[in-house]
Amino acid sequence: MARDWSSATGHEIHDALHHGTATASDITQSFLRRIEAVDGKVRAYVDIWKDHALKQAENVDSRLKRGQTIGPLAGVPFAIKDVLCTKHGHTTCCSRILKGYRSPFDATVIERLEQAGVVFLGKVNMDEFAMGSSTENSSVQVTRNPWDLKCVPGGSSGGSAAAVVADECVASLGSDTGGSIRQPAALCGCVGMKPTYGRVSRYGLVAFASSLDQIGPFTKDVEDLALVMNVISGRDERDSTSADIPVPNYSQALRDDISDITVGLPKEYYTDALNPEMRQKIESAVKILEARGAKVIEVSLPHTEYAIAVYYIICTAEASANLARFDGVRYGYRAPKVADVQEMYAKTKTDGYGREVQRRILLGTYVLSSGYYDAYYLKAQKVRALIRKDFEEAFQKCNVIATPTSPTPAFEIGAKTADPLEMYLSDIYTISVNLAGIPGLSVPCGLTQSGLPSGLQLLGKPFDEATLMRVAYAYEKNRGFDIGKPPLT
Amino acid sequence: MQYEAIIGLEVHVELNTQSKVFCRCSTKFDAPPNTNVCPVCLGMPGVLPVLNRAVVESAVAVGLALNCTVSSWSKLDRKNYFYPDLAKNYQISQYDLPLCRHGSLEIEVNGQSKRIGITRAHIEEDTARNVHDIGGGESGVDFNRSGVPLLEIVSEPELRSAQEAYAYLLQLKQILQYLNVSDCNMEEGSLRAEANVSVRPVGSTKFGTKTEVKNIASFSFTQRAIDYEIKRQIQTLEEGGTVRQETRGWDDRSGTTVSQRSKESAHDYRYFPEPDLVPIAMDETWVKRIREALPELPQAKRARFIEQYRLSAYDAGVLTSSKAMADYFESVLKAGAAAKPAANWIMGDLQALLTAAKTEIESCSITPNHLSEMIRLIEDGTISGKIAKHLLVDMFQTGKAPKALVEEKGLVQISDISWLEQVAREVIVANPGPVSDYRAGKEKTFGFLVGQVMKASKGKANPKLVNDILKQQLAK
Ligand SMILES: [Zn+2]
Repeated sequence: MARDWSSATGHEIHDALHHGTATASDITQSFLRRIEAVDGKVRAYVDIWKDHALKQAENVDSRLKRGQTIGPLAGVPFAIKDVLCTKHGHTTCCSRILKGYRSPFDATVIERLEQAGVVFLGKVNMDEFAMGSSTENSSVQVTRNPWDLKCVPGGSSGGSAAAVVADECVASLGSDTGGSIRQPAALCGCVGMKPTYGRVSRYGLVAFASSLDQIGPFTKDVEDLALVMNVISGRDERDSTSADIPVPNYSQALRDDISDITVGLPKEYYTDALNPEMRQKIESAVKILEARGAKVIEVSLPHTEYAIAVYYIICTAEASANLARFDGVRYGYRAPKVADVQEMYAKTKTDGYGREVQRRILLGTYVLSSGYYDAYYLKAQKVRALIRKDFEEAFQKCNVIATPTSPTPAFEIGAKTADPLEMYLSDIYTISVNLAGIPGLSVPCGLTQSGLPSGLQLLGKPFDEATLMRVAYAYEKNRGFDIGKPPLT
Repeated sequence: MQYEAIIGLEVHVELNTQSKVFCRCSTKFDAPPNTNVCPVCLGMPGVLPVLNRAVVESAVAVGLALNCTVSSWSKLDRKNYFYPDLAKNYQISQYDLPLCRHGSLEIEVNGQSKRIGITRAHIEEDTARNVHDIGGGESGVDFNRSGVPLLEIVSEPELRSAQEAYAYLLQLKQILQYLNVSDCNMEEGSLRAEANVSVRPVGSTKFGTKTEVKNIASFSFTQRAIDYEIKRQIQTLEEGGTVRQETRGWDDRSGTTVSQRSKESAHDYRYFPEPDLVPIAMDETWVKRIREALPELPQAKRARFIEQYRLSAYDAGVLTSSKAMADYFESVLKAGAAAKPAANWIMGDLQALLTAAKTEIESCSITPNHLSEMIRLIEDGTISGKIAKHLLVDMFQTGKAPKALVEEKGLVQISDISWLEQVAREVIVANPGPVSDYRAGKEKTFGFLVGQVMKASKGKANPKLVNDILKQQLAK
């Protein structure tokens, strides 16, 4: 029996390939076996690209055989959230309305990773059109939290987080509009980052809320996070909102030295809404940072309480326009037996979308309607500016802000589906970050007594992902424990 | 009661940039359906628009030519509505911060000039085209036009008659063509006009209820459609009715406007700022560069022609009706011809030839140099004006130089005095009757005698010399 590589990190795989102790094909086979063994329980994958993955692995092996050098991510198996356009396989956003849809192009991040020699194992599950916090809104299946199969993996990038934690891939890509990378990373127990708005090209990301969406990675450790960010970051001519700001080498930024760092704790985040066990986890994490020489201060983000309201106005408004194109005219699902165009639109959308997507489209249509625009959308934009200013002012006093990623650990499947407002509160600590456009990451900070992961969220100044990763790296190196592997087999 | 009409025009112009406004597809008009398309202009999932810089430059050039203020900061917005020809089911347009504002355009009607305010000019993307009955009872959509850049130019409601509206459209078209930013072909839809029309009793300062007249597919329909709509509204009011606020389409066959949609069912477009595009920042140096590259505009050129070439206002107007015409005229002058004969030949015989051949001066086979050379041949007496008329036709048909044609066909004018004196003597001898009539004071017969000399010379005699010689001899 060949060695099982599935628990390896990207940098471990690179070392093995570089030193010739394994081939990319062996490694890929190993992951395909792992998927076969555990995905029946986890249900992370919605599309497995076996032949494609093996072909990509062979390409890496033949480069190695010819004595060519390979990049640090060559031969490293990845999973892709189904919201990213790929020429291979389907791109469905886990919605009935895009069932069977094939994209004619690759997203920029996919192109860049392919250039880097990554092996794509397939597409993973998500809340339909990235709308949700539990991945229960997928039209395909419900993904399980690898630590407790009764629980949700978080969302909307639940499949991406679960696949990494269940060792069904080394790293994955997700998208984060209000916490959709960081919250599932926290609930499943891996590293997840939402880069600064504009750091990573959105070209090929099926839009949910254009001014909030950002693509980011899930990895097993911070070192791998830096490797992925090195590849996917930077200006793309196809995305006008991508920033023309130089990308540092993030791997070189990882030093176990944070003595120059001031960590801010926003007082508005540490309230009674925070689960006491989670509070205790964050407090001990902050103590570790302090022990490594970081200064810890209290900061204030006074407009925090408005974030959820502002978010659900802006994201639904943008979504109502972004999703208008799924109308049955050119691609995707078209309702049969309709009398005219109006009926085709109505039936296609009614049959094609799940309830949460319909709810958000209606909400967004409402807040943009004549007579309501000023009261909702315009006011929300003004408050958004205040929230951004809160962070600017806080970052005058500190380099990073530390908060819980989620107010609670993973909850049981079905627990919050009846109450959308309760579900929306899952993202209370992550949403402001998207409104402000700043970078944020979640790094595991221990298991609760019931054996579920918790996450420490670190927030940074715009385009200062390097500092953020350095602090997370120092924490990871010094936290003194490893949450280990979920008891899947 | 006396009524006056209040008219505002909204004009959509397709800009003739190489590529579309948000992708790199070609804007070519007549490609086979759905060949100039890509994921962006098809509205596929995951695509993003990228604003074409050339579109902004064309739009700013138009704005400057229309005396607009160019916004140093403007943005794009999404206009939401559902229609199969709209790829994303929203159109990227400009709502509250258009690129150009507060301009004006001068028109002339019955010798009176009038300044019409321009409210705004903004960028947007064109829609695709629905094609009905493509077979099997199905309709299709051709996305070649999807994303072709449009400039929407909105006038103030300051036009007071269909005639003024027509003059406004023609003047606007002329400017756009001078700038070479659009083909301005109404039949092909590269220029589309909608008129907001209302009427009110003369002396009233309150606006009446307006209707929006659409579907005007040619310049000549504009005047008819607006005229009809004004009459319809006045008649409605005279009969004690009220004008409904609605959209009406011009129906050319019946020569009437027909109700299309009333205000109650009007769209709520739910405009909001386009989050996929960054605002358009126009810095002063950029605007200055565009301003400096502007060509001389029709009005300025007209004034200069009158001043510099001593042309009548009418002649200057005709010669500046298109930039190509004006350029042609000035090239003829540059080649040595004088302004007056050049103007006469271009506006007269040459224009007639062009019209008959259904061609434009841009593709005229007579070069400015040749026309100038022909005028010189007349002036130095080599050919007569009458012969020149025939020569011009030959030049038009063959593209050959006038000198070559004159030699080839033996058209050189006869100025040999001794030969002409000989012929004149023969004509006097052969026509004793008319000669004595002339000598008796019947001057009319002089023309007959000239004609006899010309006939003997097969039309090539120098008419001025013939005149002089005959007069001399008859006086003996
Ligand atoms: Zn295109």
